[in-house]
Amino acid sequence: MSNYNSQRSFFFNVDWIMVFIYLALCTIGWFNIHAAVFDEKHPSIIDLNTNYGKQFMFIIISMTVGAFILLLETRVITALTPAFYGITLLLLMLVLVVGRNVGGNQAWISLGGGFRLQPSEFAKLTTCLLLARYLSGTNVKVTDLRSFGVALAIIGVPMFLIMLQPDMGSTLVFLSLVFVLYREGLSPYFLVIGFLFIALFISAILYPPLYVIAVIIGITLFLIFLFKRNKKLMVTLIAGLAICIAFVFSVKFIYNHVLQPHQKVRIDIMLGIKSDLRGKGYNVNQSKIAIGSGKLWGKGYLHGTQTKYAFVPEQSTDFIFCTVGEEWGFAGSVVVIGLYLFLVLRIIMVAERQRSPFSRVYGYGVASVIFFHVMINVGMTIGLVPVIGIPLPFISYGGSSLLSFTILLFILIKLDSNRMGIV
Amino acid sequence: MNSFFERRYVIAGIFISIVFVLLVRLFYIQIIDQRYAIYANNNVRREIIHNAARGPILDRNGKVLVQNVPFYDIMVIPKQVKSFDTVEFCRLLGIDKAEFDKQWNKAIKYSPYLSSVFEKQLSITTYASLQERLSEFPGFYSATRYLRTYPDSVAAQFLGYIGEVLDRDIKRSNGYYHPGDYIGITGVEKSYETTLRGQRGVENLMVDSKGKPKGHYANGLYDTAAVAGQRLTSSLDINIQKLGEKLMQNKLGSIVAIEPSTGEILCYVSSPTYDPNLMVGRERGNNAAKLYANVYNPFFIRPIQAKYPPGSSFKPLSALIALQEGVITPTTSYYCPGYYYAGNQRIPCNKGESHGLVNLSSAVAKSCNGYFCMVFQKLLDHDGAKQTENTFINWRANVNKFGLGSKLGLDMPGEGRGNLPTPLHYDNIYKQGRWRSSTIISLAIGQGELEATPLQLANLECTIANHGYYYKPHLIKAIGAQNIIKKEYTERNYVGIDSQYFEPVINGMQAVVEDGTAIRSKIPGIIMCGKTGTAQNPHGEDHSVFVAFAPRVNPKIAIAVVVENSGEGAHWAAPIASFIVEKYLKGTISERESGITVDYYANANRLPDTALYLHHTMMKKKSKTNIPQKTQKDSVNKQLKGEKSVSRKNKKDTAAKVLAAQYLKKEEENE
Repeated sequence: MSNYNSQRSFFFNVDWIMVFIYLALCTIGWFNIHAAVFDEKHPSIIDLNTNYGKQFMFIIISMTVGAFILLLETRVITALTPAFYGITLLLLMLVLVVGRNVGGNQAWISLGGGFRLQPSEFAKLTTCLLLARYLSGTNVKVTDLRSFGVALAIIGVPMFLIMLQPDMGSTLVFLSLVFVLYREGLSPYFLVIGFLFIALFISAILYPPLYVIAVIIGITLFLIFLFKRNKKLMVTLIAGLAICIAFVFSVKFIYNHVLQPHQKVRIDIMLGIKSDLRGKGYNVNQSKIAIGSGKLWGKGYLHGTQTKYAFVPEQSTDFIFCTVGEEWGFAGSVVVIGLYLFLVLRIIMVAERQRSPFSRVYGYGVASVIFFHVMINVGMTIGLVPVIGIPLPFISYGGSSLLSFTILLFILIKLDSNRMGIV
Repeated sequence: MNSFFERRYVIAGIFISIVFVLLVRLFYIQIIDQRYAIYANNNVRREIIHNAARGPILDRNGKVLVQNVPFYDIMVIPKQVKSFDTVEFCRLLGIDKAEFDKQWNKAIKYSPYLSSVFEKQLSITTYASLQERLSEFPGFYSATRYLRTYPDSVAAQFLGYIGEVLDRDIKRSNGYYHPGDYIGITGVEKSYETTLRGQRGVENLMVDSKGKPKGHYANGLYDTAAVAGQRLTSSLDINIQKLGEKLMQNKLGSIVAIEPSTGEILCYVSSPTYDPNLMVGRERGNNAAKLYANVYNPFFIRPIQAKYPPGSSFKPLSALIALQEGVITPTTSYYCPGYYYAGNQRIPCNKGESHGLVNLSSAVAKSCNGYFCMVFQKLLDHDGAKQTENTFINWRANVNKFGLGSKLGLDMPGEGRGNLPTPLHYDNIYKQGRWRSSTIISLAIGQGELEATPLQLANLECTIANHGYYYKPHLIKAIGAQNIIKKEYTERNYVGIDSQYFEPVINGMQAVVEDGTAIRSKIPGIIMCGKTGTAQNPHGEDHSVFVAFAPRVNPKIAIAVVVENSGEGAHWAAPIASFIVEKYLKGTISERESGITVDYYANANRLPDTALYLHHTMMKKKSKTNIPQKTQKDSVNKQLKGEKSVSRKNKKDTAAKVLAAQYLKKEEENE
């Protein structure tokens, strides 16, 4: 009887650690937005005329939605997954027709009253759900070519639609789902090859192709020498070499003809080929100055000059990490990044304790998406990756982003709270 | 759980490694690399330079000659610009679409986030119509800048002009000047630069990315206030300056008038002149180019840079030296037959007509060449012909005491020395010991190698008016609100002639105007003592020269007028001088017995033919190399030397032209 009652309780079996990290990150975000766009006329942090006041409202709404999700039956979620996915695809197509163009991307649907919806934010969620639903099916194995193809299609279709906007940041987020596939049995070679190709891409841009090819041939010859007994491996190595050489040559072509000019410049700046400190490289440079000037303990809350005086563009959204770095220093940065790492590792742990494959696959999806956002977002503020406009989960200003990450996480918390049941 | 359970460690491992990379990078830029803190400081700390207002310049009666007016620069921050009516904006600014695009691209190229000048130096009228509408064009705003303005457009060569500093000025100033600062380039703006410029103030502000101030850095600890440049009171009298410029229009030459009792220059006309307002503002580059192209060269400061043979206006000086040396007395008389023989050289006098018996005063009054040749020979030969060189050196020293042949030390840049030949000069021409008083007899009547600037001639008159001394001529009589006067301007410079010798000479000079050569220029009710002169010009018509002071008792004004290519002094220079003197002394110009009027002289055009003028200017330069040579060896040397000096002159000219071109270029770039 008591068992039955407690199972019906709201917060039965809820993983409070994840909830606390979630609340901590939201609060950090709220205070940092306050510092980043501080307005002397509206100093109050809950003033709805300002972005920090609005963010407070978004946090309340998100928490309400999160609580509502905990109320749902898990069965409802799994049952509606294909419908959600379908709706998302429709919205993604709709946005291409009626969307509002903001900053070169046609990514927003206007909802009236000053609010806008960004379908690509929700596409991450519904794709994770459908991927989980598909991979948890009986007789579906990633190692099967057919299953693998379907999984790729689930990821690929929304990715393609987002690419048409063209929102390169959100498109790349879907690549993070390779970790999910890997966890479910995808050959580790995909990860290795992925890293290899990124490394080749960067070297091919940085150095003349002939040098890069010479180095690859050198390494291949060394490997052939090492494994000269293994005939089969040698064939693979030589085939791999041929592909690599072809790739190196095609990189220049992609770089010159496929990438858009602003993307090329961003890559150039990240790689240090170009430094255009007053133009295209302005925000990365200012962002580095903001973070770098924070030193160990930071300048203190509301004392960051770089962010308060608007030297960093988009300081409350994509470049919110600058405020963290500037006002809270290295110490604050470590805490924030530590929280994210802890959250992601916790999600992996939670995912692994699920009895249902659906929950596990979904859990890995959540972990991958959140981690990819953090890696790219923080990486771009400190000049490690090119500028790709994606938000820092739970911290960046923005209702769509906060809400979709909240739903993403709370569905996992709900699934986890129900882990004893069978979905 | 499935068979790939172990892979969670791989995934967790990858995540941890990537976080580790991020943290290492953060550690590097936040802890190891110290540059970013400096950059951040540089970002927010903005040194706002408050340029001190440049000091105004007044005339002797407090009338403003130059002052500052505000102009407006339109600035832009491209990133803040929202879509707007370009056509309307261009119309308000008074520019066309092409110009708009050019400036816009330039601003974007400089930086989309930082402000740059969009359109420079709008006049107050353009700005007034734009100002109310400026809020319709976000991203554009205005910045005030002060420029010089000249209410009466007079005395351009005196005032000079200011311009943006060149790199070498910045280098020389030990960090005082910054690019974009203004500096005096010529005239009083240059010579009193440090007084006029004042002291700039520095304000250390905290600014946001748009440059919007957000408070003082360190609560204003490092701020200093700007100190405005000091006011200069010039000695010029704007009334006679204006009259002088009017009288000299369409003529080449100059007018210099000095107050004998102070050395203050009352009138400083260089003709052709230009409107100093042309050297200010947006059209400055074009205007300067046009002025530089003018063959008569308005930038040539004739009162101190042009040199003319003084001609007969030199005669009073000759007489004074001879009296002091005791070779003649005021009563020494001479019969003039209408010519004079110095050796076998015939010097005509009075167009060949006899002056009859003349004494000192009447010789001055009638400008008798013969009398002064006689005086000159007596002076140089009184120790015997062998001592000519020594007596010449003595004569030269005496002349030099009056300021001829050296700079008077005017408080203006670019003063010339005129020319007072040295014994060496004659040695080179005639060999040492082979020249006599008769050889250089033309000096007796102010011709030959003798050359003086109009300033030197006017100063000579001051000395005569003062009976033997002069004050250093100067154009700025007082500095600042306390009217500080430089000590050097209160000291008398004696020329070594006893005062009693002046009266007979002055008698003669009075007679010049009363019933002598300059009788047409007689001023009713004022006793003016003057001397006409005709400066020989081998390259065209002679220059008309007149020197004078007035009134005879307690003189208030000494003047020298040169009108180039206009023949005898009595015809052009003397009437012009008389108008200036009368205007200064009486404030108005009365009707003259002779019927001469200001309008007639103001409207007359005495400009030489441009082609001829250019040709003669070239000839003048060339002729310097063609001095007769002493020996073969010397001639080679001399030629080399001569060519060197010519090349030096050319170099100077070229340098000036290069400088002008540099300014033009700079201004174009700044536009």
